[in-house]
Amino acid sequence: MKTKQRRNDEALAAVVPATAPPAVRRRRKPLTWDKISFFAVFLGLPLAIYLLFVIWPFVQAFGYSMTDWTGFSPTQNFIGLENYVKIFTDDIFMKAMGNNILLVIFLPIVTIILSLVLATLVTVGGSSKGQIKGLRNSSFYRVVSFFPYTIPAIAIGIMWGQIYDPSGGLLNGILTGLGLDQFKDFAWLGDKNTAMIATMFVIVWGFVGFYMVLFVAGIKGIPAELFEAARIDGAGRFRTAVSITIPLIRDNIQTAYIYMGILALDAFVYMAALNSGGGPDNSTLVMAQQLFFTAFSKGQFGLASAMGVVLAITTLIFSGLVFLVNRLTGGDKDVSI
Amino acid sequence: MSTKFVNQEMKSLHFNPRKPASAPVDKVVGAVSHTALTIWSLIVILPLLWTFMSSFKTSSEIFASPFALPSQWRFDNYVRAWTEAGIGSYFLNSVIVVGSALVIVMVLGAMCAYVLARYTFPGSRAIYYLMLAGLTFPIFLAMVPLFFVLKNMGLLNTLPGLIIVYVGFALPFTVFFLFSFFKSLPHEITEAASLDGAGEWRTFFQVMLPMAKPGLASVAIFNFLGLWNQFLIPVSINAAGPRVLSQGLAAFAGQMGYAVDFGALFAAVTVTVVPVLIVYIIFQRQLQGSVSQGTSK
Repeated sequence: MKTKQRRNDEALAAVVPATAPPAVRRRRKPLTWDKISFFAVFLGLPLAIYLLFVIWPFVQAFGYSMTDWTGFSPTQNFIGLENYVKIFTDDIFMKAMGNNILLVIFLPIVTIILSLVLATLVTVGGSSKGQIKGLRNSSFYRVVSFFPYTIPAIAIGIMWGQIYDPSGGLLNGILTGLGLDQFKDFAWLGDKNTAMIATMFVIVWGFVGFYMVLFVAGIKGIPAELFEAARIDGAGRFRTAVSITIPLIRDNIQTAYIYMGILALDAFVYMAALNSGGGPDNSTLVMAQQLFFTAFSKGQFGLASAMGVVLAITTLIFSGLVFLVNRLTGGDKDVSI
Repeated sequence: MSTKFVNQEMKSLHFNPRKPASAPVDKVVGAVSHTALTIWSLIVILPLLWTFMSSFKTSSEIFASPFALPSQWRFDNYVRAWTEAGIGSYFLNSVIVVGSALVIVMVLGAMCAYVLARYTFPGSRAIYYLMLAGLTFPIFLAMVPLFFVLKNMGLLNTLPGLIIVYVGFALPFTVFFLFSFFKSLPHEITEAASLDGAGEWRTFFQVMLPMAKPGLASVAIFNFLGLWNQFLIPVSINAAGPRVLSQGLAAFAGQMGYAVDFGALFAAVTVTVVPVLIVYIIFQRQLQGSVSQGTSK
């Protein structure tokens, strides 16, 4: 009885739209000191900080990228695109770029699939009778899964570095405990076949909980009637997830893909913590590490800025691609309720 | 809805609204779901538990058996980490930097979002998009020039320098989030306030800001996590300055290299992780709510 009542309320809430905010009224008022000081402080102050410390450095980076500046030399000569030529003929940087591209393809996919599955289990894994509901005690899983997101990335990296430790780490301890003796001294981060996968897992570990919470929120925003209609039509759980949940939280998935992709194109913290040298045979080296090294160890600021520009353009291309793919596959049409 | 969910045949086979007993399928699905979620929870918890336990062990104990409880609970690891490795002072620096940056960015961000959301003037749209642009650019690109901006201002390797950069980089997200929040507050209230004789300043601080409290709380939590987590900015522009926690932790782990004090390292990691984890557990409802709020717009 009670659940029925609640369902009705929810149905009502879904049908009645929230009152739209009234249109902004444009009325000219005379400028007073109150108003002038208000605008100067409220808009001027934040904007000044933002322009000086965020926008201006971004703009400068483009300029520096075409000079041979070392950071200490008083002169900086304009050398055009020479830095870019140097970057694209540098095997190590290209290797780093390849690693970034590997990350940007697999990291979001794995994270999103895993968090989507977990979110689905939490929200619609419950009884198939009556109202659609999640598993019992599901909030426990949600809270626990979110833990890693609250941990600083560098702490995650150091922690997992120890877990992967060949001789005293947790992972090999568990594996040998299970009778897999071949892993007794296996160096997960020291073998070029496993270093990248092991590193990816750490990043996935850190973010699944966050995206799970995000998707849970998205799924809970879907009107219950849609699930019920599907159920009445006889759709099973898997079918419901594929045909209803995923299309309706498509925007959330796109957002997640872009965030996770931008993270994958950076990935500096994790790489620095797990394999600061770039890993065996540079197998986990990323562009950001190479940039940092070029700028702050080798002092080639012009070249490093060019690397930054390449990184930024890669990021833009990536975001553009995600939008494009989403649009081409009908992302705009499907989500109308 | 263009999608057809299921064909008629399946419908007639499976649909039976009067079927009373609970389907055995439910139990199987429930059990499988619980198993999957439990496994993931273990994958999350075990490393944390192991780190916590190892923080009380000696290095040789850690290497002897990863699972055994410490033979005795040694707090000297914490003492060494806190004083010798400097985690204590790094922690304090982090609290100062993140705390100040958080207060400043919340005030400035709220002010900026308020103006952009509730006043139309030439260029307001452009400023809003400029703010959005800051969200999409990789921080990396800015680091090299930022180094020199701060150097020229004499703020390189200082805590105030770090604070103001944190403010700058947290501003776009804060404005973006609060923009929609201020936009949704009713205009009648502003008008009532101005009829009562309140100026722009007063209206903001005494009327609008208190009304935006839920939004402010959510942004504050996210900003706190983001800034506490910050690593690249301090290692780039504060390499020789007073270290913050994430930076100090990395240095500690790096400098240890082969000379091993793993107990202290685990203690340092625990000190970094536990306070935030506790705060999260207390505020988790608020935070999970804010995730949905922040993304449903």
